[in-house]
Amino acid sequence: FLSLFLLLVTSEQIEHLHRRFKQLSGDQPTIRKEHFDNIPDLEFNPIRSKIVHAFFDKRNLRQESDGLADEINFEDFLTIMSYFRPIEMNMDEEQLDHFRKEKLKFLFHMYDSDHDGKITLQEYRNVVEELLSGNPHLEKESARSIADGAMMEAASICVGQMEPDQVYEGITFEDFLKIWQGIDIETKMHVRFLNMETIAQCH
Amino acid sequence: SWSLGGGTPQAPAGGRARSCPVRVMGPAERSSGDGAADTFHIVSFRWHHVQDPYIIALWILVASLAKIVFHLSHKVTHVVPESALLIVLGLFLGGIVWAADHIASFTLTPNVFFFYLLPPIVLDAGYFMPNRLFFGNLGTILLYAVIGTVWNAATTGLSLYGVHQTGIMGDLNIGLLDFLLFGSLIAAVDPVAVLAVFEEVHVNEVLFIIVFGESLLNDAVTVVLYNVFESFVTIGAENVTGVDCVKGIVSFFVVSLGGTLVGVAFAFLLSLVTRFTKHVRIIEPGFVFIISYLSYLTAEMLSLSAILAITFCGICCQKYVKANISEQSSTTVRYTMKMMASGAETIIFMFLGISAVNPDIWTWNTAFILLTLVFISVFRVIGVVIQTWILNHYRMVQLGIIDQVVMSYGGLRGAVAFALVALLDQNKIKAKNLFVSTTIIVVFFTVIFQGLTIKPLVQWLKVKKSEHREPKLNEKLHGRAFDHILSAIEDISGQIGHNYLRDKWTNFDRKILSKVLMRRSAQKSRDRILNVFHELNLKDAISYVAEGERRGSLAFIRSPSTDNIVNVDFSTPRQSAVEASVSYLLREKAGSVCLDMQALEQRRKSIRDTEDTVTHHTLQQYLYKPRQEHRHLYSRHEIIQNEDEKQDKEIFHRTMRKRLDSFKGTKLGINRSKKHNKIHKRDRGQRKRNSNVIPNGKIPTENPVQNFTLKEKGNCCAKEPGIDNPVFSADDDQSIYVKFPPWLSNEDTVVPSQRARVQIPYSPNNFRRLTPFRLSNKSVDSFLLADGPEERPRTFLPESTHM
Repeated sequence: FLSLFLLLVTSEQIEHLHRRFKQLSGDQPTIRKEHFDNIPDLEFNPIRSKIVHAFFDKRNLRQESDGLADEINFEDFLTIMSYFRPIEMNMDEEQLDHFRKEKLKFLFHMYDSDHDGKITLQEYRNVVEELLSGNPHLEKESARSIADGAMMEAASICVGQMEPDQVYEGITFEDFLKIWQGIDIETKMHVRFLNMETIAQCH
Repeated sequence: SWSLGGGTPQAPAGGRARSCPVRVMGPAERSSGDGAADTFHIVSFRWHHVQDPYIIALWILVASLAKIVFHLSHKVTHVVPESALLIVLGLFLGGIVWAADHIASFTLTPNVFFFYLLPPIVLDAGYFMPNRLFFGNLGTILLYAVIGTVWNAATTGLSLYGVHQTGIMGDLNIGLLDFLLFGSLIAAVDPVAVLAVFEEVHVNEVLFIIVFGESLLNDAVTVVLYNVFESFVTIGAENVTGVDCVKGIVSFFVVSLGGTLVGVAFAFLLSLVTRFTKHVRIIEPGFVFIISYLSYLTAEMLSLSAILAITFCGICCQKYVKANISEQSSTTVRYTMKMMASGAETIIFMFLGISAVNPDIWTWNTAFILLTLVFISVFRVIGVVIQTWILNHYRMVQLGIIDQVVMSYGGLRGAVAFALVALLDQNKIKAKNLFVSTTIIVVFFTVIFQGLTIKPLVQWLKVKKSEHREPKLNEKLHGRAFDHILSAIEDISGQIGHNYLRDKWTNFDRKILSKVLMRRSAQKSRDRILNVFHELNLKDAISYVAEGERRGSLAFIRSPSTDNIVNVDFSTPRQSAVEASVSYLLREKAGSVCLDMQALEQRRKSIRDTEDTVTHHTLQQYLYKPRQEHRHLYSRHEIIQNEDEKQDKEIFHRTMRKRLDSFKGTKLGINRSKKHNKIHKRDRGQRKRNSNVIPNGKIPTENPVQNFTLKEKGNCCAKEPGIDNPVFSADDDQSIYVKFPPWLSNEDTVVPSQRARVQIPYSPNNFRRLTPFRLSNKSVDSFLLADGPEERPRTFLPESTHM
């Protein structure tokens, strides 16, 4: 996947990212969590902890193991960035689908903080509270209610009618895909600078 | 005869000067027209006295009646766009008037058009503009609007000139500048026409916003080009120097940026004013219209782009005005704007038709007209293709071939072109009549032919349609998450991207602008996510009631306690029943649900007794209360409102809490201590306001999992976990609900109707949000039992009522 990505990004952009990496890490070969504190604008981001966490999440780094890495190198950095590349016009159905799943998986891992493959109500609440923490007027109560409502909506989409005895454990990845069925995430989840130009791979 | 705002237009100076006086029959004429006044006339026919307003009102009436007639036949309106029908009607009416009088009495004059008909339409567009979409595609829109229009104007003008030089057109008294002038006014895509046609076509929103945004923003270019070429014509072709050309280019920037700034300044003023209108709610809507209109006129006065001014006024003030003004004012503004815009549009198209029936202006030159049509179509296509190719290098979401086809085909010309051409000075531009005729033909062609065929074209090409979907809460939440993630990625990678800018703007807005321009109370609740959430709850509440009615469980609301009087069968929904149904009443009020009994009372004719009101109160207890209830006190100056937001929140939270026992993380062992019960038995007479009545209020936040054990503690007086509503407890005095009229009593006590105590209302299990998914095994919740296989009236153990 990474090599595919590298094939499609200009060497110029890789260089730029490399420079940035060096800047963040203080010229060292790896980055740790603390290095992200140096980015001033990131301070104001309400879900900053989750995002930084995502960089070190081994599931995102395509390592077979689980848990959190302590530090990442440039290759890992690029791997994370590759989740945000835009779609291309000439992708076929299968590629598009794979693409979409990759992006959704990234998102899923962000929400599922305890790595158990399910987003439980508590985890969902955490995310929503964090998301809405930027608004000073919104109380925790309301944020919680919203999370609950969203969870119910999700459950109703995923499971539909529930038997009285059924317990809804949490949102699994399949359910997550179902929620996002109608919405084209590919066009929303990308960053501009990773625009594609078909030039040879980097050195 | 006379004309609406007729008279000869004088030489424009700078901007679009409109110095066409309205010829009004003065008092001198009136009295002289009465003839010899020798006796006292009891009644006299004073036509001349009311002539002008009467005629205007009559035309508006005719236009509106025409609309009604058109919509009687759904088949016709499905195929033919309304604008086309109106033009044809106008032709017809013009023909009648001409046949009667042999003079063209009515025309669409530039004055009336630019001052009265165009502003409402553009304001409507700006006020309801989806800002995020608009600014997200702003680069694209600007490119098409500016470069595209200049390209169209230049190529059309020059090509016509070129063809003219070859002599095919015959000998016309037109110079190069005249051709360029004509090109510039025929080149612009018209917002009125685009709106009218695209409204019925429903293409996807990105496509729509690009075409529509282009039609709005190209006004600056049109104004500049028109003025520049007109003044060049005045100066004379020989005297045009390089300096003048440079001045032309500079004027473009001044006009466009100046217009925008004027709009933004007035938007600021408007938002600020609405912040303080709390005590003059009745005239709140007026401010919106007056200040926006002033922005238009101010820009016009300074010869800047008036359309840009009013557009940006609408765009910028949206958020703050909607936050500041009351719900009813918001509805009023919405409806009035739509009404005026729709009315103006109707009149414009009708008068376009009427104005065409004027033999004086008709000059026919086949080559010219035909070539104009060909050139504008061809050059538009070429322009769109080239620009799209350039843009696709920079756009994230590419524009495909199909999009380009729709964009080219959707470049309609309309009334703006016509008004501009009518404004030309006959003395300076000898070929004015030819231009007018050509413009009419072009406008008719695009509106009628292209308007007719664009729908089948869109369907044939399988253009992605707009999705009218309910905003899912998850969607909104994740959308918000995206924004943050993307701006974080941009921060981390050190790029200044789209998201970074938007983030910065949002912060700026929240910290500074909103504090200045929004009311303090509005600042709190303006989060979009909260809005969606409220809306969803409202909708659920309404469908709850509707469903209940349908199944007959809320029958007690509709029929009185004595069965003889009304015997209604609720199993089949009847048309006449719709009128009186509660859900109908709830639904029909756009945005402001009124569960106030007094309001409902006025609409229904059935017999009321306390039972009904009590049940209503029960409902009101558990459903999210609407934003306002207004009492029907007639007062010119005030609408009295109900200010109990705090209560709303409480009910809100309570309701949500109750729904959540299904999730593993929040297992609610309903732990009611004996103490609670005792308190309640004691307090039955008093209405103490505390949330003990609904004991679910306490969800332990620390360790939800450990609640399992509480169930077993056995100190619940009720054997089953469930909401223990002491009011429902069996033995107590039945006269509760008689003693205290429910709407005066404490909110927290639920006083059920007699029937409700016996037969708890069904609550359907098939809506998404309010239904709990899982309750404890021993619950006798009505939700669960209601959907059992048998439909029998059942007597519940009254202890538990999860509503």
